[in-house]
Amino acid sequence: MTKAALARTDGLQTVTSDDPVVQVRDICKKYGNLEALRGINLEFQRGKLTTLLGPSGCGKTTLLKIIAGLVPATTGEIRVNGRAVTGPGPERAFVFQDFALMPWATVLRNVGFGLELRGVESVERNRIACRYIEQVGLAGFEDKYPHELSGGMRQRVGIARAFAVNADVLLLDEPFSAVDEQNRRKFQEDLLQLVELEKKTFIFVTHSIEEAVYVSDRIVLLSPRPGRISRVIDPSIDRSASPDEIRRNASYLDVVEEIWQGLRQYAE
Amino acid sequence: MTLFGIRIPMLASLVLWALVWEIVGRLDLIFLIPPLTSVIAAGFELVQTGSWQSATTITLRSFALGMTLAIAVGVPLGVLMGRVKVIDNIFGLWVNMFVSAPLSALVPILMILFGLGETTVFVTVFLFAVWIIVLDARAGVMQVPTSLIEMGRSYGASRWTIFTKIILLSALPEILAGIRIGLIRGVKGVVIGQILVSVIGYGELFELYSRSFDMERFWALTILLFAAAMMLSAAVEHFEKRIEYYAGAR
Amino acid sequence: MQMTASPAKIDDALGTSKKAPATVGAGLRRFADEWRSFWVVLSLAILFGAWEIAGRVPISYAFPTFLETLSAFGEMVADGSMIRAYFLTLQPLLLGVAISALFGIGLGVVMGLSEKAEWLLAPVFIVLQAAPMAALVPLVTFVYGIGLTAKTLAVVMLALPVIVLNSYKAVRHVNPSLVDMCRSFQGTRLQQIFKVIIPDASPVLFAGLRLGIAAGFIGVMLAELLITPTGIGDLITYHRSVANYAHMYAAVASIIAVSTLTLAGLQYVETHFLRPEKRRK
Repeated sequence: MTKAALARTDGLQTVTSDDPVVQVRDICKKYGNLEALRGINLEFQRGKLTTLLGPSGCGKTTLLKIIAGLVPATTGEIRVNGRAVTGPGPERAFVFQDFALMPWATVLRNVGFGLELRGVESVERNRIACRYIEQVGLAGFEDKYPHELSGGMRQRVGIARAFAVNADVLLLDEPFSAVDEQNRRKFQEDLLQLVELEKKTFIFVTHSIEEAVYVSDRIVLLSPRPGRISRVIDPSIDRSASPDEIRRNASYLDVVEEIWQGLRQYAE
Repeated sequence: MTLFGIRIPMLASLVLWALVWEIVGRLDLIFLIPPLTSVIAAGFELVQTGSWQSATTITLRSFALGMTLAIAVGVPLGVLMGRVKVIDNIFGLWVNMFVSAPLSALVPILMILFGLGETTVFVTVFLFAVWIIVLDARAGVMQVPTSLIEMGRSYGASRWTIFTKIILLSALPEILAGIRIGLIRGVKGVVIGQILVSVIGYGELFELYSRSFDMERFWALTILLFAAAMMLSAAVEHFEKRIEYYAGAR
Repeated sequence: MQMTASPAKIDDALGTSKKAPATVGAGLRRFADEWRSFWVVLSLAILFGAWEIAGRVPISYAFPTFLETLSAFGEMVADGSMIRAYFLTLQPLLLGVAISALFGIGLGVVMGLSEKAEWLLAPVFIVLQAAPMAALVPLVTFVYGIGLTAKTLAVVMLALPVIVLNSYKAVRHVNPSLVDMCRSFQGTRLQQIFKVIIPDASPVLFAGLRLGIAAGFIGVMLAELLITPTGIGDLITYHRSVANYAHMYAAVASIIAVSTLTLAGLQYVETHFLRPEKRRK
């Protein structure tokens, strides 16, 4: 417990550290009279994986979509690489909870779709798409249609599509929530490898405490109605260990327990 | 649509179209389209005439009879098709065929079988309305969640209780949706039947007005019919909404 | 010949694809699947048998038996009158459906995309679809006489509202997540429309077209029975007037069969070519 607590103090000090890719300033969001988000200030570190964690109704997906430029904020601003955001941009890519794959297009076309929209010509597009299809472990499935894939495989397509446009920031909206538990664990491990390999910034939304602690460099806890930041935690898990060791590690379990104690008041 | 920050309801555009109609009518471009105001005036006169009242009675009677029979036959047949595979296999082909067949071609046959009278119109209404009611009742029964039926069985409900308390109630939203579309089709049926028979009810009036180029009355009658069809549909929709709360929970 | 579980759902709320879960034993279902053609034959045989018996009783002097009708049909095909009639009937039908498809899909898509167009046009077409348009068919003759134009217009009057409303609903029910996806990759509005919205809406657009064709068949028959006795309508009217009931029944049955086969064929195209994703979710 002490170790985790120490780590957390460290974390709080680094909230405003040197190299933020994404800055969230005084974001508020109202839907009519309903206040979804209130006074959100956050910075996301380059090359790190930050998780937005909270009970349902805390506005974590809304915040992610505001960062993506898909939903306008009522007040406040988002800066990416120092520039204010007015809509979606090439430096950000989104991974959807329901995969958002085009059912009429093959895996290859789906993965290359971001490039297709940018006018990248097809040979080049397919070359890049194939590379990422292989990287997410779907080599050989290029000509399949989404309905021929399992839920887990479909989300791999969604992730490959986001990687293919070579954005600095990847926004993942509960990407594994529609995937079964076994595949989910495998996914989390693969995600960590991708973070290591691609040196990109990840902003990850989930409602699973274990998932958050396992994959994150930093966890932002949101509380509901209206959505506010309640705490920021840096799990500081030693990732050199094997996945199974990490899941039995005392500091891992301590952080999980600590977050649960913070969130249990919101459970019904 | 919002204009200058004020939300304008969708139906308001009909007022705009009515205005366009009035202007076109006033310009006297084409004798087919008299000004809307004179059509409405003709409508008020029309409803006071004995010929309109008796035509309405005949129309309503054939419509009500045809619909009653369509519901009385359609719902049980649909439920049976949803529950009994053999019945579904035998009737499925014909129901699916007649639901989108050009039934207007059948009316001449009905005319020689049932004569140029109300019976033909009543059978036309039945034939137009019944198939969609069957199909929707069948769909409703077939999409009752298996877990609900298993729940009933696990609490020891008899087959009959499961049927009446779970399957029928659960299929109610679809059954009502079928009846609503059946009603709209029934209105089309009563009009097509009467126009083709052309010696009774509104069919006779339409024939009369179009032969004597009485466009005001022709349009007045048309608007009355359209309005009745819309109101009927709105009424069932209102009733559907009242039971929608449990349809939405599925 | 397997048709949708509920065309009413297409009529009524497009895009809400509900699937019927299995309530009957899987074994029974497999049997029925394997023997589908057997059931089709049985179901045809039962109706034709009933028809034959009813005709032999006879239930009415104007009720020919099935076999009489069949031979009348053969006779009409052999002497060429049937083929000539279809040549005349299919012209306004095809023309009317083509016009309705062009304008209907165009208008419907615009209504689905633009709030202003929706406000202006949606209520009109809702009224036109729910209303008995057949009442207006006689008016057509005043302006366009009794030629091809009048018949085509009758087809358009019945088919257009159906196609417009279904196209509109198809666009409105496009998966919003796909549109978000396109936006997140900075797709332009045009890319959104042509690369995501129209492809995603196309199965429902096609289904709407199918319903429009069904309405077009009703329209062409009305026109031929009401305005101008030509084509199949003429066959029906003529044989009725000379009390050739078997021939009349054959003409009616043939138009119903032609319409059914057309619609079934379109449905086959729809499920086999337009929806590779038919089994999604």
